[in-house]
Amino acid sequence: MIYLDLLLGFLKVGCFSFGGAYSAIPLVRDVVLSYGWLNDEQLTYLIAVSESTPGPIMVNMATFVGSTQAGISGSILATFAVVLPSFAVIIVLMAFLETALKNKYVQAILRGLKPSIIGIILATGVYMVLRNCLSAGVSVDYKNLITTILLVGIMLAYQKVTKKQLSPIMLICFSACIGAVVYGLP
Amino acid sequence: MGDANTTNLKASLFLSFAKISLFTFGGGYAMIPLIEAECVEKKKWITHDEMMNITVIAESTPGPIAINCATYVGYRQAGLPGALTATFGIILPAFAVIYLISLVFTDFLSLTLIANAFKGIKIAVGLLIVNAGITMIKKMHKKAFSYAIMLTSFAVMVCVNIFSWRVSSVYIMLAAGLVSLVMSTISSAKAHNNEKEAEK
Repeated sequence: MIYLDLLLGFLKVGCFSFGGAYSAIPLVRDVVLSYGWLNDEQLTYLIAVSESTPGPIMVNMATFVGSTQAGISGSILATFAVVLPSFAVIIVLMAFLETALKNKYVQAILRGLKPSIIGIILATGVYMVLRNCLSAGVSVDYKNLITTILLVGIMLAYQKVTKKQLSPIMLICFSACIGAVVYGLP
Repeated sequence: MGDANTTNLKASLFLSFAKISLFTFGGGYAMIPLIEAECVEKKKWITHDEMMNITVIAESTPGPIAINCATYVGYRQAGLPGALTATFGIILPAFAVIYLISLVFTDFLSLTLIANAFKGIKIAVGLLIVNAGITMIKKMHKKAFSYAIMLTSFAVMVCVNIFSWRVSSVYIMLAAGLVSLVMSTISSAKAHNNEKEAEK
């Protein structure tokens, strides 16, 4: 039952993504891979599209997956599911906001959750980068490796010169141009 | 306070958050300065201190940060209907744009030039995720315990990816939360015992 799967899958994403869009990416990956909705390659495209379109990334991802799996009703359902937990939590918290977050047990759990999410995000990113550069885990994919090195160079150079981080959209634009050239070559 | 006033307020909540959603690319933290400009400085719906609180709350509660903010501001201004209007406002532009894209995306990718560009974009996405992780480590509490949890989660997640273990990252997070809860209960119990012994 695709509707139930979409609802449960994105409720899980909505419930367990603490601290912004990137913390949701490992979860979204979990969900879409285990249901077979997207493969790793399609997922990276979706992340790029979500980064480059307006609005919260999690909403973008839920809408896209819902729409491609089950049309407009699927997209509404997935979006509803991803939004519901954060909406509900804030409404409930409004009543006893300060006390709940200062509760020492809540604090203790959060102290464990937050670093764990960081580790998970980092592992997901490192795995994606390595998998791009090493095809099938053994041979080196030179075009991907060159693109990776060029992009890291651009990121570091930008940071060195301007003392600011290159915005994700700028990086995606650069990567699209580099990709069009590098993969267009014979 | 007539009906016209509350209707206006709701319309204004909807429009403000729709505008914020439409003009933030990349979501999450990119939205916070826009929300601050609109809700604190322009509309004066909330104070700067409240905005700081919301940021902390949004980080400690699940889900998209923008949804947390919209729900909070909407609820403060006009109760549950306000929360619903503001949240709907932030969702609608994101939903509409991506829905249209999802209809044509596969055809779009069949163009060679676009497909090549997306191969490059794929590389950038991996780097963006690594970068987000590194930025978060810099902001993390510099404690041995945090590092231990972070590195263990990292190691487990790398194994999950490489060996295709069927373990959801949710379980890793829950385990980390539980370990932290147990550890802090034990250490506070110890502190309590020490105090008692000192009294004797």
